[in-house]
Amino acid sequence: MKLQRRYFLFAGAGALGAGVFGLWWGDRAALTRAKALTAGEGQSSFGGWLKIGADDTVTIYSPHIDFGQGSHTALAQMLADELDADWAKVRVEQAPADYAFGNTALAKLFVPMMSGHPDLVKHLPDTVFSLLARNVPLQITGGSSAIRGTGQVGFRVVGAAARAALIATTAERLNVPAAELVAAHSRISHAASGRVLRYGELAAAAASRTLPHDPVLKTPGQFRLIGKPVDRFDIPAKVDGSARYGIDVVLPDMRVATVIAAPVRGGKLLAVDHAPALAVRGVEKVIALDNAVVVVANGYWPALKGARALAPKFSDGGHGKLDSAGIFAAQAALIDTAKPDHAYGSGDVAAALASPGVRPLSAEYRVPFLHQAAMEPFALTGHFAQGHLTVWGATQDPIQTRNLLAKFAGLSVDQVTFHPMIMGGGFGRRFPPYTQIIEQIARVAMQVDHPVKIIWSREEDVRQGAYRPQSSARLRAALGPDGRIAAWQTDYAQFADAEAETVFPYQVAATARRHYTYISNQVDAYWRSVNSTQLGFYTESFIDELAHLAGKDPYQFRRAHLPEGGRHRAVLDAVASRSGWGTPLAPGRARGIALVESFGSICAHVIEASVDPDGTPRVHAVTAVVDCGMTVNPRNAEAQVQGGILMGLSSALGEAITLTAGAVDQSNFSDYPVLKLLDAPVIAVHFIDSGAPIGGLGEPGLPPASPALANALFAATGKRIRHLPIGRQLA
Amino acid sequence: MPIAATVNGKAVTLHADEDTPLLWVLREELGLTGTKFGCGIAACGACSVHIDGEVARSCSVPVGSVAGKAITTIEALGQPGAPHPLQAAWIAHQVPQCGYCQSGQLMAAAALLKQNPHPDDAAIDAAMTNICRCGTYVRIRAAIHAVAGASA
Repeated sequence: MKLQRRYFLFAGAGALGAGVFGLWWGDRAALTRAKALTAGEGQSSFGGWLKIGADDTVTIYSPHIDFGQGSHTALAQMLADELDADWAKVRVEQAPADYAFGNTALAKLFVPMMSGHPDLVKHLPDTVFSLLARNVPLQITGGSSAIRGTGQVGFRVVGAAARAALIATTAERLNVPAAELVAAHSRISHAASGRVLRYGELAAAAASRTLPHDPVLKTPGQFRLIGKPVDRFDIPAKVDGSARYGIDVVLPDMRVATVIAAPVRGGKLLAVDHAPALAVRGVEKVIALDNAVVVVANGYWPALKGARALAPKFSDGGHGKLDSAGIFAAQAALIDTAKPDHAYGSGDVAAALASPGVRPLSAEYRVPFLHQAAMEPFALTGHFAQGHLTVWGATQDPIQTRNLLAKFAGLSVDQVTFHPMIMGGGFGRRFPPYTQIIEQIARVAMQVDHPVKIIWSREEDVRQGAYRPQSSARLRAALGPDGRIAAWQTDYAQFADAEAETVFPYQVAATARRHYTYISNQVDAYWRSVNSTQLGFYTESFIDELAHLAGKDPYQFRRAHLPEGGRHRAVLDAVASRSGWGTPLAPGRARGIALVESFGSICAHVIEASVDPDGTPRVHAVTAVVDCGMTVNPRNAEAQVQGGILMGLSSALGEAITLTAGAVDQSNFSDYPVLKLLDAPVIAVHFIDSGAPIGGLGEPGLPPASPALANALFAATGKRIRHLPIGRQLA
Repeated sequence: MPIAATVNGKAVTLHADEDTPLLWVLREELGLTGTKFGCGIAACGACSVHIDGEVARSCSVPVGSVAGKAITTIEALGQPGAPHPLQAAWIAHQVPQCGYCQSGQLMAAAALLKQNPHPDDAAIDAAMTNICRCGTYVRIRAAIHAVAGASA
C-alpha cells in the first residue's frame, strides 16, 4: 500500500480527537502485549505508553524516533504535565518495534482515509483489517506530526487518564472525595487530613482500573511543564561520545560490509568478478544482489578497498539517456501541452487573465533534486541465528522496517526483531519503503554466518539517494486596474500533487493550481518540508515579482492580499516589525520577505543579504516569526526553526543533485556543498502564541528561506532568481 | 607490523594494516565509537580527533603515520564528573540536535581554544569548518563564545 503522507499530516493534526486513544487502550490484545514487552517487576503500565515504578520512576514510550528534533523530551513534557509527575523522575524510551506499540486502532482511522473509502472500516472483517493494518507504517516519524498529533491528542490524554486513575485510587484508599485531592510532583495530597501518597505506592492499583477515554485536560494556565524550556534528555550523551547510533553497534565476531549499487536507478547487476575483492586482505565474501554487490570483510576499510577493486557490470534499466536538462524539458512540455492531472482553485482564471486593462506577468521556475545528506550514512547490523533475524539501526518507522525485513528475509514478522537506535539525522531519507539498506541487510545477514554490519560509503549515500523531486513551474498572474492581483495560476510538473500539503494564503478572486505528473527513474521521496519547499519558493518569489510590477513594497503588497485579522497577516506584520523592515541598511545590503504555511504552522522570514563583487551571495541576518499555536519547549522550538532556516539557505545557495546518462553526478560533500558555520547568518526566531491548534515545527521554518533570500538578492541586484540553486548566477 | 601509540593517555599496540584510516582503528579495533564516520574524504569533520594536540580528520590519517603519537578522542576530552568546559557549554546552550557531528565539532572547538583562548567570530569561522546538517551553528558559535568569555 502506497502511503499517502498527507493523511498523516492532516489526520494526525487533531481531527482524530481524544477518542482515538480510548480505542488505543481498548485494544485488549495489544495492551496486554505492550505491558508484557515493557513492564517488569514493581512497574505498572498505563495503556502501554506509560509505566510507573514502585520507586516513582515514570517511563514514557515514544512511538516516534528522536533524531534531533527533541520530540522525546517534548512528548514527555506533555504527558508528564497532565500526569502532574515529578519531572526529575521522568524518563523516555523508544517504543519497541512491535505492533503493540503501533496501534491498530490508529490504522482503523488511517486505512479508510488512505484508501479513499471512509466507509471501508464498516465493511471489512477484522481479520482482513489487521492484515491491512500491518502494512501501514504505524511508528512513522515525519510530517512534523509528533507533537501536534501524538502529543496533543495522544500523550496528553494518556497522562490525564493515568492521573485520574491515581486520584480515584487515592480517594478509595483514603475514603475521601476525589475533589478534595490535589496531585503535584508525583504525589497526591489530602489537605484536610494531611495525608500524602506517592504515585509509586498507588500505581499498581491505579493501573488495574479502566482508564477514562476522555479525561479532562489542563488549560494553558494550569501547565507546569508545557511551554517550559527544559533541557533535552538526549544531549548529555551526545557531548561525550557515549550516545550509540545505528552505525555504532558492535557485536561479538561481527563482520563489516559495504555496498556498490547500480549507478543508474532501476539498473540490475549483470556480472561481477569476485576475485579482485577477495584478493584484499580481510575480505571474506562477495555477495551479488539483484542490483548491487556487497563485500563482506573483517572491517570497513578492507570492505571498502574490496568494493573499490571490483568492476561490476550493471544495466541501466532503460534510463541511460536520462539527464537533468531532459527532465526540465519534459516537464516544460507537459505544462505546455498536456492536460493537468490535478486541478484546484476557484474563479475563471482564463477570463481574468484575458480581460482588458489587466497587466499580465508570466515566469518559469525550476528546482533540482535535493539530497537530505544526513550526517550518519546508512548503517544496519543484522544477525540471523536459530531461525531468527535480529537487526539494529535507525529508520523513520521501526514497525515497517521490521515488516520489510521479514519480507526480504523470507521470514514471518515474529521471526524478526528490530532494535531502533539513535539516528544521525533523517530529514525524510530514512522512510523504509526507499531505505534500500533494509533489503540489503535482510538478504546479506541470511548469507553470512556471523553478525554483519553494512555501512554505506558517503559516495553511495549521495549517489543512491531518495531525493526531493526535481520540479518545474510556470506561474501566470494579472494585476487588475486597482493594483491588486486579479488572477493567479500555478502550473507545476513533478512527481506528486502538492495540493493537500500546501496553502495559498492570499485573497485572489480567480486562482488555479494545476499539477502535471512527471515520473523519472528516481523515487518520490520526502525531504524536510516535502513539497512546501518548491511550492513555497514558486509562490513567494512570484508574488514578489508582482509587487515589483505593481510598484509596491513587497511586504505591503502581500499584506494587502491577506485577510484582515487573520493569522497570516499577524505573522507578516510581526516579521516586518521585528526585522525593522524599511529601515536603512548598510550599503549593498537588501531585505527580502517570504511567508509560507506548512504542516499546520505559519512562518515568515525577512532575510538581509548582499552580493560580493565576484557574485557570491552573502546572507547576513534572518528574522523569523512562527505561529505554531503554542510551543511545548520554546528553546527546542527555536532550534528547530534555526535548523530549518539553515537547511533552506544551504539548498538555495548551492545544493543540487543532477543526472547524466541516468546516473547521479555528485558523490560527496566535495560536490554536494552543505552550508558551513562560516556562512550561517545571525538568526532571530520569534513565536506568536496565537492559541490556534498546535502546529508542526520540524519543517515549517524551512520553506520561506529560499524565497526570502532570492527576494533579498533581487532587491540588492535587480536580478530575479528563478532557478535554484543560486550558485554562480549572480557572477 | 604492530604500531605503538598513545590513545586517551593509554599506550596501545595497533594491528591494522598501515593504510587503514585512524578512524576505523579507533572505532573497530579500540571500540571508541564516539568518533564518527561522515564522508571519508576529510570534508565534513565528523571524525575529528587530536593528534599530539592538533585537530585532525581521522578518516584521512593512515594509522601507519601515528606511530609514537598521542591521540585524544571525544571519550577523553573531559573526565568523568569533570567535563571539558566546552562540553558543559554544549549542554547549557542545548547545542546538539541529532548529535552525530558534535564529537567532531567539540574536538575542533577544543583545539581552537587551546591555540586561541579568545577567538573572535572570524577565528571561529576559520576554525569551525565541520558540517552540521541539523543547523546547530548558531548555538555552536554562542557556546564557544561563552567558554572563551568565561576564561577571560
